[in-house]
Amino acid sequence: MKQAIELNINGDTHEILVSPNNTLLEVLRDKLGLMGTKRGCDLGACGACTVLINGDAYLSCIMLAVDAIGKEILTIEGLAEGGDLHPLQRSFVENGGLQCGFCTPGMILTAKAILDEEKHPTEEVIKRKMAGNLCRCTGYKKIFEAVMSVTEQSGKEF
Amino acid sequence: MGKELNVVGARLPMMDAAQKVKGTALFTDDLILPGMLFGKILRSPVPHAKILNIDTSRAEKLPGVKGVYALAKDKVRYIGDDVAAVCAIDPEIAEEAVELIKVDYEELPAVFDPLEAKREGAPEIHEGIKNNTSFAIKKEFGDVQKAFAECDAIFEDIFYSQPVNHAPLEPHAALAQFDPLNGELTIWSSTQIPFFLRRNLSNTLQIPESKVRVIKPKVGGGFGQKIDLFAKDFCAAWFAIQLGKPVKFVYEREEVFICTRQRHPMYITVKTGMKKDGTILAQKFQAHADGGAYNSTAPTMIALSCYFLMIPYRVPNLIYEGYHVYTNKPVGGAMRGHGIPQARFAVERQLDMIAARLGLDAAEVRIKNSIHAGEPHPAKFIINTCGFSDSVKKAADAIGWKEKRGKLPLGRGVGLAGASFPSGVSNMSHISSGAVVQLGRDGAVNVLSGAADIGQGAETVISQIVAEELGVPIEDIRITAADTGITPLDPGTFGSGVTVRAGNAARLAAISVKQKLCNFIADKLEANVADLVAKDRNIFVKGSPEKGMTLSEAIKSYQYADLPMPIVGRGSWMAPATEPTTLFKEDGNFAPSYSFMTQAAEVDVDLHTGKVKLLRMVTAHDCGRAINPMLVEGQLEGSVVGGMGQALYENVIVEKGQVMNPSFLDYGFPTFLEMPEIEAIEVETDDPIGPFGAKEAGEGTQLSPAPAIVNAIYDAIGVDFMELPITPEKILDALEEKKNRKNS
Repeated sequence: MKQAIELNINGDTHEILVSPNNTLLEVLRDKLGLMGTKRGCDLGACGACTVLINGDAYLSCIMLAVDAIGKEILTIEGLAEGGDLHPLQRSFVENGGLQCGFCTPGMILTAKAILDEEKHPTEEVIKRKMAGNLCRCTGYKKIFEAVMSVTEQSGKEF
Repeated sequence: MGKELNVVGARLPMMDAAQKVKGTALFTDDLILPGMLFGKILRSPVPHAKILNIDTSRAEKLPGVKGVYALAKDKVRYIGDDVAAVCAIDPEIAEEAVELIKVDYEELPAVFDPLEAKREGAPEIHEGIKNNTSFAIKKEFGDVQKAFAECDAIFEDIFYSQPVNHAPLEPHAALAQFDPLNGELTIWSSTQIPFFLRRNLSNTLQIPESKVRVIKPKVGGGFGQKIDLFAKDFCAAWFAIQLGKPVKFVYEREEVFICTRQRHPMYITVKTGMKKDGTILAQKFQAHADGGAYNSTAPTMIALSCYFLMIPYRVPNLIYEGYHVYTNKPVGGAMRGHGIPQARFAVERQLDMIAARLGLDAAEVRIKNSIHAGEPHPAKFIINTCGFSDSVKKAADAIGWKEKRGKLPLGRGVGLAGASFPSGVSNMSHISSGAVVQLGRDGAVNVLSGAADIGQGAETVISQIVAEELGVPIEDIRITAADTGITPLDPGTFGSGVTVRAGNAARLAAISVKQKLCNFIADKLEANVADLVAKDRNIFVKGSPEKGMTLSEAIKSYQYADLPMPIVGRGSWMAPATEPTTLFKEDGNFAPSYSFMTQAAEVDVDLHTGKVKLLRMVTAHDCGRAINPMLVEGQLEGSVVGGMGQALYENVIVEKGQVMNPSFLDYGFPTFLEMPEIEAIEVETDDPIGPFGAKEAGEGTQLSPAPAIVNAIYDAIGVDFMELPITPEKILDALEEKKNRKNS
């Protein structure tokens, strides 16, 4: 039985009709057209569907939409404010931290969650916390450098 | 090289990078059309069976189902084979309907190993294909028997290279719609080869090529896996035509693993004859590729594995036997390197083994046997530039070869391996590219190219080439690519040929448009056309920047002279080939140019857990001139980590035809945690054929990481591994065996 729920996504409230078994990923992509959140495996194994819930990184493909009620959901579409890129986005662009771009939104949001928690994480912390986000193109090096470059810019707020 | 360049050679971000970081880059599954239907494919649960009956009646009756189509007519040949397809108003209904299709199978004996499948009496997988061998070649270069007789030492070893899945992050997808009035089918597909897909759809749907428009949206990686025509393409198109509605098919991750393509598993026997000093005189090479249930690109794969044994080393006498054998397993196809990684693993490993047996230095042996530019080649390759021997020296120096090889403590080791790869192919069916360059009134440049950017940055590289030629910054370029309804012909992304082929076509189109403009303004500037240069959005007389005008002024004056606007230049390019070759029958120059590289690895082997950590990988790389060094590094780094996966982690495990690990969790390709230190060293050459001297950089770099790592493992623990991947279990077993041998 479907029922209407309200979700707070990127600062806006959306009223959506969902089934209890709908994942957050299905709602974002299939009902709201927020296609920046990617479906790579539907099994919580690749990180391409990463969104932030109250600031923490979550895999939206294995999270029920109803579990996100009352929480602040941030998708890649909500990251940049105004017409400019977010510093993480800019760093990924400038450091070549992307190739095909399919894992990129999830990578950036995971990086944001890490840097929001700790402004200057060690290299090991970044590697460990980003290990759930898979990339088959880059070999991770330039993604890592893109994140490191942002941590090195002291005093910047995200 | 001396030439002053502004845009070519610059580390520029990809032109579509902003879309990708904002999440607005649209991949096939991100596209929505009004009234769109969703498809799903029923797949075989058995490895080999006759289909007695397919009953679709219950599926058809399910509310929301719009169409059901039987794909398999007589047989299924592997677990996961296409059986039937369903189209419904939403994906859940399609999935439910697939389960309502009743198929009666009569199971047949199945065979899962190519050596067994080739034997007399093995189950016949395709009617009339004797010994399940779909393709075989035997070729001899030089006089092998005579050469072996002259050798001081002969070694024969057997190797095995495992199945590897490409595992691009974006699952395969297609969306099609049909216009009943003009009979045109439009399909958006996650494909590497829009123009071949057009041809394949035209053939299978029996509609003219001109009525098929293939549009390639963003593609989330391919690595060769998105080359073939898949059921999702055909079914989306077929249902769109039949039902008059847009239809989308998206594969699940499990389908990507089982039902698309994988790198061919290969059994290899190499016999190498040498002089005492390590000079290779002759080789005998036998390869049995496990093709799985269908043929895919088998002939090319076998030919590549054969011919590229004669480069980067001088092998004057070679006998090659290659077989592509059907089994009841997932299908092999092109994967980054296409038949060469398997062969390189065997040869590079054996070179190290031989060096150890003869007491020679493994790096010296490689330098000694390196081919050089301009020398005659047994298969008639034309090597214009070759930085191979340099690359061995540089890679060895950078990894600390002299100080480390054989001298590190137990568990630590260094190893290296070499490779060469074609920059595209010279002459196989329609391997040529076209481009159109138009100048707008304000000086902006509009490029049309057929090239298929699948994430490697082809559109950016092509734009850099055009920008350089026209003397404008890259932000003045807009490129439209890979739409068979709009852009000129291009074969697509495979064989690492895009930069050279499509880059040259775009460069010629830019030169053509510049020529038109220069011819017109030369009079105005009272200058010789040949003296005009385009730079910084200006055209001026060489050496006298004051004698010139802005590009925009030049275009406007051209327009006011009532000359045709916009100014259009066209270019097309195919590799010069002295003798056309497909390599299957005649020898000849396979590619317009060849890249060369040596990769050197340092590993740490944990003697207690058996885990191998790749600490560092150095690549000394002759890719000609890098059009965009940042993108070349990206290709290299991705290749190194992919090659590390091939060496240490990845393996498609199949038991009785069933893939046991068809998920990212179980397959386990490298993550951030395994990322090694990666260093690139440029070995500069100036190739006369590539645009601005460029050669390939996308595939060659994945040929030698695996053997370099396995050679380093030998240096670390003194064990010669012959079968990939080198898992902790194998390491521990080998260490145990070594200990037992010592004790006994």
